[in-house]
Amino acid sequence: MNCSDAQNLLYRYLDRELDAVNAARLEAHLRDCRDCVGAYEREQELSFAIKQSAHRYGAPRALTDRIRRDLVPQESRPWAELRHLTRGWNPIALAASLMLAVAMSSTGTSYYLNGTAEDRVIADVVSSHVRSLMANHLTDVASSDNHTVKPWFTGKVDASPPAVNLVSAGFPLIGGRLDYVDQRPCAVLVYRHDAHVINVMVWSKRDDDQTGSESYTRQGYNLARFSANDLVFWAVSDLNRGELDDFVTRLKTEAEGNSTSL
Amino acid sequence: MPHLNSAFNLARWLTRNEADAQDVVQEACLRAFKYFDGFDGQFANAWLLKIVRNTCFTWLKSNRPAEETLALDDNLEEVDRDENAIRLNASSLGRSPEAILIEKRDANRLDELIGRLPPVYREVLILREHEEMSYQDIAEIVGVPIGTVMSRLARGRKLLQSTWRGSKSKDVKP
Repeated sequence: MNCSDAQNLLYRYLDRELDAVNAARLEAHLRDCRDCVGAYEREQELSFAIKQSAHRYGAPRALTDRIRRDLVPQESRPWAELRHLTRGWNPIALAASLMLAVAMSSTGTSYYLNGTAEDRVIADVVSSHVRSLMANHLTDVASSDNHTVKPWFTGKVDASPPAVNLVSAGFPLIGGRLDYVDQRPCAVLVYRHDAHVINVMVWSKRDDDQTGSESYTRQGYNLARFSANDLVFWAVSDLNRGELDDFVTRLKTEAEGNSTSL
Repeated sequence: MPHLNSAFNLARWLTRNEADAQDVVQEACLRAFKYFDGFDGQFANAWLLKIVRNTCFTWLKSNRPAEETLALDDNLEEVDRDENAIRLNASSLGRSPEAILIEKRDANRLDELIGRLPPVYREVLILREHEEMSYQDIAEIVGVPIGTVMSRLARGRKLLQSTWRGSKSKDVKP
Protein backbone atom coordinates (compact mmCIF):
# COMPACT_ATOMS: atom_id res chain seq x y z
CA MET A 1 0.00 0.00 0.00
CA ASN A 2 1.34 3.44 -0.88
CA CYS A 3 0.68 6.72 0.94
CA SER A 4 -1.96 7.83 -1.51
CA ASP A 5 -3.95 4.62 -0.93
CA ALA A 6 -3.48 5.06 2.80
CA GLN A 7 -4.77 8.65 2.72
CA ASN A 8 -7.86 7.48 0.87
CA LEU A 9 -8.65 4.93 3.58
CA LEU A 10 -7.74 7.12 6.55
CA TYR A 11 -11.14 8.71 7.19
CA ARG A 12 -13.00 5.45 6.85
CA TYR A 13 -10.57 3.88 9.30
CA LEU A 14 -11.04 6.80 11.69
CA ASP A 15 -14.82 6.45 11.44
CA ARG A 16 -14.67 2.67 11.90
CA GLU A 17 -16.20 2.17 8.47
CA LEU A 18 -13.30 0.26 6.94
CA ASP A 19 -13.51 -3.50 6.43
CA ALA A 20 -11.07 -5.69 8.35
CA VAL A 21 -8.84 -6.62 5.45
CA ASN A 22 -8.25 -3.03 4.38
CA ALA A 23 -7.91 -1.99 8.02
CA ALA A 24 -5.18 -4.59 8.50
CA ARG A 25 -3.42 -3.38 5.33
CA LEU A 26 -3.66 0.22 6.49
CA GLU A 27 -2.39 -0.67 9.98
CA ALA A 28 0.57 -2.40 8.38
CA HIS A 29 1.30 0.74 6.36
CA LEU A 30 0.91 2.98 9.43
CA ARG A 31 3.49 0.92 11.29
CA ASP A 32 6.08 1.80 8.66
CA CYS A 33 5.12 5.32 7.53
CA ARG A 34 5.65 8.27 9.85
CA ASP A 35 4.00 10.73 7.46
CA CYS A 36 0.75 8.77 7.35
CA VAL A 37 0.79 8.18 11.11
CA GLY A 38 1.19 11.94 11.51
CA ALA A 39 -1.76 12.57 9.19
CA TYR A 40 -3.85 10.02 11.05
CA GLU A 41 -3.01 11.54 14.42
CA ARG A 42 -3.98 15.01 13.18
CA GLU A 43 -7.34 13.70 12.01
CA GLN A 44 -7.83 11.85 15.28
CA GLU A 45 -7.06 15.02 17.21
CA LEU A 46 -9.58 17.07 15.24
CA SER A 47 -12.23 14.37 15.52
CA PHE A 48 -11.66 14.20 19.27
CA ALA A 49 -11.76 18.00 19.55
CA ILE A 50 -15.15 18.16 17.80
CA LYS A 51 -16.54 15.37 19.97
CA GLN A 52 -15.24 16.91 23.18
CA SER A 53 -15.18 20.69 22.68
CA ALA A 54 -17.64 21.61 19.96
CA HIS A 55 -20.82 22.73 21.65
CA ARG A 56 -23.51 20.09 21.93
CA TYR A 57 -26.79 21.94 22.18
CA GLY A 58 -29.51 20.30 24.26
CA ALA A 59 -33.17 20.97 23.50
CA PRO A 60 -34.26 23.83 25.77
CA ARG A 61 -37.10 23.20 28.16
CA ALA A 62 -39.13 25.94 26.46
CA LEU A 63 -38.96 24.05 23.17
CA THR A 64 -40.06 20.79 24.76
CA ASP A 65 -42.99 22.61 26.31
CA ARG A 66 -43.90 24.33 23.05
CA ILE A 67 -43.94 21.05 21.14
CA ARG A 68 -46.02 19.35 23.79
CA ARG A 69 -48.48 22.25 23.96
CA ASP A 70 -48.80 22.70 20.19
CA LEU A 71 -49.25 19.08 19.33
CA VAL A 72 -52.18 18.34 21.62
CA PRO A 73 -54.81 20.74 20.20
CA GLN A 74 -53.71 20.39 16.58
CA GLU A 75 -53.75 16.65 16.49
CA SER A 76 -56.29 15.01 18.71
CA ARG A 77 -54.34 11.79 18.83
CA PRO A 78 -54.26 9.42 21.76
CA TRP A 79 -51.80 10.25 24.50
CA ALA A 80 -49.90 7.08 23.84
CA GLU A 81 -48.79 8.36 20.46
CA LEU A 82 -47.83 11.73 21.84
CA ARG A 83 -45.70 9.99 24.41
CA HIS A 84 -43.87 8.22 21.62
CA LEU A 85 -43.05 11.55 20.09
CA THR A 86 -42.10 13.48 23.19
CA ARG A 87 -40.24 10.71 24.95
CA GLY A 88 -38.19 9.89 21.89
CA TRP A 89 -39.94 6.80 20.54
CA ASN A 90 -38.13 4.52 22.90
CA PRO A 91 -40.75 1.77 22.89
CA ILE A 92 -40.84 1.66 19.10
CA ALA A 93 -37.10 1.79 18.72
CA LEU A 94 -36.76 -0.95 21.30
CA ALA A 95 -39.33 -3.16 19.57
CA ALA A 96 -37.69 -2.53 16.20
CA SER A 97 -34.24 -3.39 17.43
CA LEU A 98 -35.55 -6.51 19.13
CA MET A 99 -37.21 -7.61 15.90
CA LEU A 100 -34.05 -6.86 13.99
CA ALA A 101 -31.93 -8.73 16.50
CA VAL A 102 -34.17 -11.80 16.29
CA ALA A 103 -34.22 -11.66 12.49
CA MET A 104 -30.47 -11.32 12.21
CA SER A 105 -29.59 -14.02 14.69
CA SER A 106 -32.09 -16.67 13.67
CA THR A 107 -29.30 -19.11 12.85
CA GLY A 108 -27.57 -18.46 16.13
CA THR A 109 -30.84 -18.60 18.01
CA SER A 110 -31.72 -22.03 16.72
CA TYR A 111 -28.32 -23.32 17.76
CA TYR A 112 -28.75 -21.78 21.16
CA LEU A 113 -32.20 -23.23 21.66
CA ASN A 114 -31.85 -26.67 20.08
CA GLY A 115 -28.18 -27.45 19.78
CA THR A 116 -25.63 -29.14 21.96
CA ALA A 117 -23.04 -27.32 24.06
CA GLU A 118 -20.63 -27.77 21.15
CA ASP A 119 -23.09 -26.08 18.74
CA ARG A 120 -23.28 -23.16 21.15
CA VAL A 121 -19.52 -22.74 21.19
CA ILE A 122 -19.37 -22.99 17.39
CA ALA A 123 -22.09 -20.34 17.00
CA ASP A 124 -20.23 -18.02 19.38
CA VAL A 125 -16.90 -18.55 17.65
CA VAL A 126 -18.42 -17.79 14.24
CA SER A 127 -20.21 -14.73 15.66
CA SER A 128 -16.99 -13.43 17.18
CA HIS A 129 -15.21 -13.89 13.85
CA VAL A 130 -17.94 -12.16 11.83
CA ARG A 131 -18.20 -9.35 14.39
CA SER A 132 -14.46 -8.73 14.23
CA LEU A 133 -14.71 -8.27 10.47
CA MET A 134 -17.82 -6.08 10.49
CA ALA A 135 -16.81 -3.47 13.01
CA ASN A 136 -13.38 -1.94 12.93
CA HIS A 137 -12.45 -4.01 15.95
CA LEU A 138 -10.16 -6.71 14.79
CA THR A 139 -7.47 -6.05 17.37
CA ASP A 140 -7.25 -4.36 20.77
CA VAL A 141 -3.50 -4.67 20.67
CA ALA A 142 -1.99 -4.50 17.19
CA SER A 143 1.44 -6.07 17.14
CA SER A 144 3.30 -8.93 15.55
CA ASP A 145 5.54 -9.21 18.60
CA ASN A 146 4.95 -12.10 20.99
CA HIS A 147 6.43 -10.02 23.81
CA THR A 148 3.80 -7.32 23.23
CA VAL A 149 0.72 -9.43 22.59
CA LYS A 150 1.22 -12.14 25.22
CA PRO A 151 1.71 -9.85 28.25
CA TRP A 152 -1.20 -7.69 27.10
CA PHE A 153 -3.59 -10.50 28.03
CA THR A 154 -2.23 -10.79 31.56
CA GLY A 155 -4.87 -9.88 34.09
CA LYS A 156 -7.55 -9.67 31.41
CA VAL A 157 -8.19 -13.38 30.90
CA ASP A 158 -7.20 -16.47 32.86
CA ALA A 159 -5.20 -17.91 29.95
CA SER A 160 -1.79 -16.89 28.71
CA PRO A 161 -2.01 -17.72 25.02
CA PRO A 162 1.13 -18.54 23.05
CA ALA A 163 1.14 -15.54 20.71
CA VAL A 164 3.63 -17.06 18.33
CA ASN A 165 4.31 -15.34 15.06
CA LEU A 166 4.05 -17.76 12.15
CA VAL A 167 5.21 -15.23 9.60
CA SER A 168 7.79 -17.54 8.06
CA ALA A 169 4.99 -19.97 7.23
CA GLY A 170 2.90 -17.17 5.69
CA PHE A 171 0.68 -16.57 8.74
CA PRO A 172 1.79 -13.28 10.32
CA LEU A 173 0.40 -12.42 13.75
CA ILE A 174 -1.35 -9.05 13.52
CA GLY A 175 -2.52 -8.66 17.10
CA GLY A 176 -4.85 -9.75 19.85
CA ARG A 177 -8.16 -8.75 21.37
CA LEU A 178 -10.60 -9.79 24.06
CA ASP A 179 -13.96 -11.36 23.37
CA TYR A 180 -16.71 -13.23 25.15
CA VAL A 181 -17.42 -16.72 23.90
CA ASP A 182 -19.43 -19.53 25.48
CA GLN A 183 -20.20 -17.42 28.56
CA ARG A 184 -16.60 -16.61 29.41
CA PRO A 185 -14.03 -13.99 28.45
CA CYS A 186 -11.40 -15.31 26.12
CA ALA A 187 -8.19 -14.23 24.43
CA VAL A 188 -8.27 -13.90 20.64
CA LEU A 189 -5.09 -14.10 18.58
CA VAL A 190 -5.46 -12.57 15.13
CA TYR A 191 -3.48 -13.90 12.21
CA ARG A 192 -3.51 -13.09 8.55
CA HIS A 193 -2.89 -15.21 5.49
CA ASP A 194 -2.83 -13.11 2.30
CA ALA A 195 -6.14 -11.26 2.46
CA HIS A 196 -7.74 -13.73 4.88
CA VAL A 197 -8.11 -13.12 8.57
CA ILE A 198 -7.81 -16.00 11.03
CA ASN A 199 -9.18 -15.55 14.53
CA VAL A 200 -7.97 -17.95 17.21
CA MET A 201 -9.98 -17.99 20.44
CA VAL A 202 -8.07 -19.34 23.43
CA TRP A 203 -9.24 -20.16 26.91
CA SER A 204 -8.27 -22.32 29.89
CA LYS A 205 -9.77 -25.77 29.75
CA ARG A 206 -12.85 -26.34 31.91
CA ASP A 207 -14.11 -29.78 32.94
CA ASP A 208 -16.96 -29.67 30.44
CA ASP A 209 -14.79 -28.61 27.49
CA GLN A 210 -14.25 -30.97 24.58
CA THR A 211 -10.52 -31.09 23.93
CA GLY A 212 -9.89 -33.44 20.98
CA SER A 213 -9.01 -32.08 17.55
CA GLU A 214 -12.11 -31.48 15.47
CA SER A 215 -13.08 -29.62 12.31
CA TYR A 216 -16.33 -27.93 11.36
CA THR A 217 -17.77 -25.79 8.60
CA ARG A 218 -20.49 -23.27 9.46
CA GLN A 219 -21.98 -20.46 7.35
CA GLY A 220 -19.12 -20.84 4.88
CA TYR A 221 -16.42 -20.50 7.53
CA ASN A 222 -14.01 -23.24 8.42
CA LEU A 223 -13.38 -23.94 12.09
CA ALA A 224 -10.90 -26.13 13.89
CA ARG A 225 -10.57 -26.99 17.58
CA PHE A 226 -7.58 -28.41 19.38
CA SER A 227 -6.05 -28.25 22.80
CA ALA A 228 -2.53 -27.96 24.08
CA ASN A 229 -1.24 -27.68 27.64
CA ASP A 230 -4.66 -27.19 29.26
CA LEU A 231 -5.62 -24.49 26.78
CA VAL A 232 -8.48 -24.89 24.32
CA PHE A 233 -8.02 -23.30 20.88
CA TRP A 234 -10.66 -22.51 18.28
CA ALA A 235 -9.43 -21.27 14.90
CA VAL A 236 -11.96 -19.75 12.51
CA SER A 237 -11.46 -18.26 9.05
CA ASP A 238 -12.70 -18.08 5.49
CA LEU A 239 -9.48 -19.84 4.49
CA ASN A 240 -10.01 -23.14 2.69
CA ARG A 241 -9.83 -26.30 4.75
CA GLY A 242 -6.35 -27.34 3.60
CA GLU A 243 -4.75 -24.00 4.46
CA LEU A 244 -6.53 -23.73 7.78
CA ASP A 245 -5.43 -27.26 8.70
CA ASP A 246 -1.86 -26.34 7.78
CA PHE A 247 -2.09 -23.24 10.01
CA VAL A 248 -3.60 -25.22 12.88
CA THR A 249 -0.91 -27.91 12.69
CA ARG A 250 1.82 -25.27 12.89
CA LEU A 251 0.12 -23.36 15.72
CA LYS A 252 -0.46 -26.58 17.68
CA THR A 253 3.19 -27.58 17.36
CA GLU A 254 4.29 -24.13 18.54
CA ALA A 255 1.73 -24.10 21.35
CA GLU A 256 2.86 -27.46 22.68
CA GLY A 257 6.53 -26.47 22.44
CA ASN A 258 5.89 -22.99 23.76
CA SER A 259 4.36 -23.95 27.07
CA THR A 260 6.98 -26.49 28.02
CA SER A 261 9.56 -23.71 27.92
CA LEU A 262 7.50 -21.41 30.18
CA MET B 1 -36.10 13.27 25.10
CA PRO B 2 -32.91 11.93 23.57
CA HIS B 3 -34.03 12.33 19.94
CA LEU B 4 -35.17 15.89 20.53
CA ASN B 5 -31.68 16.76 21.80
CA SER B 6 -30.12 15.34 18.62
CA ALA B 7 -32.70 17.19 16.53
CA PHE B 8 -32.05 20.47 18.30
CA ASN B 9 -28.28 20.10 18.14
CA LEU B 10 -28.41 19.60 14.36
CA ALA B 11 -30.85 22.48 13.85
CA ARG B 12 -28.82 24.76 16.12
CA TRP B 13 -25.66 24.05 14.17
CA LEU B 14 -27.35 24.54 10.80
CA THR B 15 -29.26 27.74 11.64
CA ARG B 16 -26.58 29.01 14.06
CA ASN B 17 -29.28 30.73 16.05
CA GLU B 18 -31.12 29.64 19.18
CA ALA B 19 -34.58 31.00 18.32
CA ASP B 20 -34.49 29.86 14.70
CA ALA B 21 -33.36 26.39 15.72
CA GLN B 22 -36.32 26.15 18.10
CA ASP B 23 -38.72 27.19 15.35
CA VAL B 24 -37.27 24.69 12.90
CA VAL B 25 -37.41 21.80 15.35
CA GLN B 26 -40.93 22.67 16.34
CA GLU B 27 -42.03 22.70 12.72
CA ALA B 28 -40.17 19.47 12.00
CA CYS B 29 -41.85 17.77 14.96
CA LEU B 30 -45.26 18.86 13.72
CA ARG B 31 -44.46 17.40 10.32
CA ALA B 32 -43.08 14.24 11.86
CA PHE B 33 -46.23 13.90 13.90
CA LYS B 34 -48.44 14.44 10.87
CA TYR B 35 -46.78 11.58 9.01
CA PHE B 36 -46.56 9.42 12.08
CA ASP B 37 -48.96 6.86 10.58
CA GLY B 38 -46.59 6.21 7.72
CA PHE B 39 -43.70 5.67 10.12
CA ASP B 40 -42.47 2.08 9.94
CA GLY B 41 -41.01 1.94 13.43
CA GLN B 42 -37.39 1.61 12.38
CA PHE B 43 -34.57 4.11 12.75
CA ALA B 44 -36.67 6.65 14.65
CA ASN B 45 -33.75 8.95 15.31
CA ALA B 46 -32.60 9.00 11.69
CA TRP B 47 -36.16 9.56 10.56
CA LEU B 48 -36.70 12.60 12.78
CA LEU B 49 -33.27 13.99 11.88
CA LYS B 50 -34.08 13.64 8.20
CA ILE B 51 -37.18 15.80 8.64
CA VAL B 52 -35.27 18.31 10.81
CA ARG B 53 -32.50 18.47 8.25
CA ASN B 54 -34.90 19.07 5.36
CA THR B 55 -36.76 21.71 7.35
CA CYS B 56 -33.43 23.41 8.11
CA PHE B 57 -32.42 23.55 4.46
CA THR B 58 -35.80 24.96 3.45
CA TRP B 59 -35.32 27.56 6.18
CA LEU B 60 -31.78 28.32 4.98
CA LYS B 61 -33.01 28.73 1.43
CA SER B 62 -35.41 31.52 2.38
CA ASN B 63 -33.37 33.07 5.20
CA ARG B 64 -29.75 32.62 4.19
CA PRO B 65 -29.85 32.00 0.43
CA ALA B 66 -26.16 32.77 -0.10
CA GLU B 67 -25.12 30.21 2.45
CA GLU B 68 -27.48 27.47 1.38
CA THR B 69 -26.17 27.32 -2.17
CA LEU B 70 -22.55 27.05 -1.05
CA ALA B 71 -20.52 24.05 -2.08
CA LEU B 72 -23.25 21.81 -3.34
CA ASP B 73 -20.88 20.69 -6.06
CA ASP B 74 -18.99 17.64 -4.86
CA ASN B 75 -15.91 18.00 -6.97
CA LEU B 76 -12.54 17.93 -5.20
CA GLU B 77 -11.07 20.64 -7.43
CA GLU B 78 -13.63 23.04 -6.01
CA VAL B 79 -12.04 23.25 -2.58
CA ASP B 80 -10.29 26.53 -3.31
CA ARG B 81 -13.52 28.11 -4.42
CA ASP B 82 -15.17 26.85 -1.25
CA GLU B 83 -12.49 28.41 0.91
CA ASN B 84 -13.12 31.75 -0.75
CA ALA B 85 -16.81 31.27 -0.22
CA ILE B 86 -16.22 30.65 3.47
CA ARG B 87 -14.29 33.86 3.77
CA LEU B 88 -17.06 35.74 1.98
CA ASN B 89 -19.51 34.01 4.20
CA ALA B 90 -17.71 35.05 7.38
CA SER B 91 -17.68 38.66 6.28
CA SER B 92 -21.38 38.52 5.47
CA LEU B 93 -22.31 37.53 9.02
CA GLY B 94 -23.06 41.20 9.62
CA ARG B 95 -20.91 41.73 12.67
CA SER B 96 -18.24 44.33 13.17
CA PRO B 97 -14.61 43.19 13.26
CA GLU B 98 -14.46 44.29 16.92
CA ALA B 99 -17.42 42.15 17.83
CA ILE B 100 -15.86 39.17 16.11
CA LEU B 101 -12.59 39.75 17.94
CA ILE B 102 -14.28 39.86 21.33
CA GLU B 103 -16.27 36.77 20.49
CA LYS B 104 -13.14 34.99 19.39
CA ARG B 105 -11.55 35.67 22.73
CA ASP B 106 -14.48 34.35 24.66
CA ALA B 107 -16.20 31.73 22.60
CA ASN B 108 -14.93 28.37 21.62
CA ARG B 109 -12.84 28.95 18.51
CA LEU B 110 -13.62 25.51 17.16
CA ASP B 111 -17.35 26.28 17.34
CA GLU B 112 -16.82 29.37 15.25
CA LEU B 113 -14.74 27.54 12.66
CA ILE B 114 -17.31 24.76 12.31
CA GLY B 115 -20.00 27.42 12.01
CA ARG B 116 -18.14 28.95 9.07
CA LEU B 117 -18.15 25.69 7.10
CA PRO B 118 -20.80 25.47 4.38
CA PRO B 119 -23.92 23.77 5.81
CA VAL B 120 -23.52 20.62 3.70
CA TYR B 121 -20.19 19.92 5.39
CA ARG B 122 -21.35 21.10 8.80
CA GLU B 123 -24.28 18.68 8.87
CA VAL B 124 -22.24 15.56 7.99
CA LEU B 125 -19.58 16.49 10.55
CA ILE B 126 -22.14 17.01 13.32
CA LEU B 127 -24.00 13.81 12.45
CA ARG B 128 -20.74 11.87 12.40
CA GLU B 129 -18.91 13.34 15.39
CA HIS B 130 -21.78 14.28 17.72
CA GLU B 131 -24.39 11.68 16.85
CA GLU B 132 -21.77 9.05 15.92
CA MET B 133 -23.90 7.93 13.01
CA SER B 134 -22.79 5.44 10.38
CA TYR B 135 -22.18 6.58 6.81
CA GLN B 136 -25.30 4.62 5.84
CA ASP B 137 -27.51 6.50 8.32
CA ILE B 138 -26.01 9.87 7.33
CA ALA B 139 -26.63 9.07 3.65
CA GLU B 140 -30.24 8.26 4.54
CA ILE B 141 -30.73 11.49 6.49
CA VAL B 142 -29.06 13.79 3.97
CA GLY B 143 -30.57 11.95 1.01
CA VAL B 144 -27.33 11.40 -0.92
CA PRO B 145 -25.24 8.32 -1.83
CA ILE B 146 -22.67 7.03 0.70
CA GLY B 147 -19.85 8.13 -1.62
CA THR B 148 -21.08 11.72 -1.34
CA VAL B 149 -21.18 11.43 2.46
CA MET B 150 -17.56 10.30 2.41
CA SER B 151 -16.40 13.07 0.05
CA ARG B 152 -18.26 15.74 2.03
CA LEU B 153 -16.79 14.49 5.31
CA ALA B 154 -13.31 14.46 3.78
CA ARG B 155 -13.63 17.98 2.38
CA GLY B 156 -15.24 19.38 5.50
CA ARG B 157 -12.46 17.92 7.61
CA LYS B 158 -9.77 19.22 5.26
CA LEU B 159 -11.22 22.74 5.35
CA LEU B 160 -11.60 22.60 9.12
CA GLN B 161 -8.11 21.16 9.60
CA SER B 162 -6.55 24.10 7.72
CA THR B 163 -8.45 26.83 9.57
CA TRP B 164 -8.14 25.08 12.94
CA ARG B 165 -4.39 24.46 12.65
CA GLY B 166 -4.03 28.04 11.42
CA SER B 167 -5.81 29.49 14.43
CA LYS B 168 -3.90 27.23 16.80
CA SER B 169 -0.49 28.22 15.45
CA LYS B 170 -1.45 31.90 15.81
CA ASP B 171 -2.20 31.21 19.47
CA VAL B 172 1.28 30.08 20.36
CA LYS B 173 3.01 33.06 18.80
CA PRO B 174 3.42 36.01 21.19
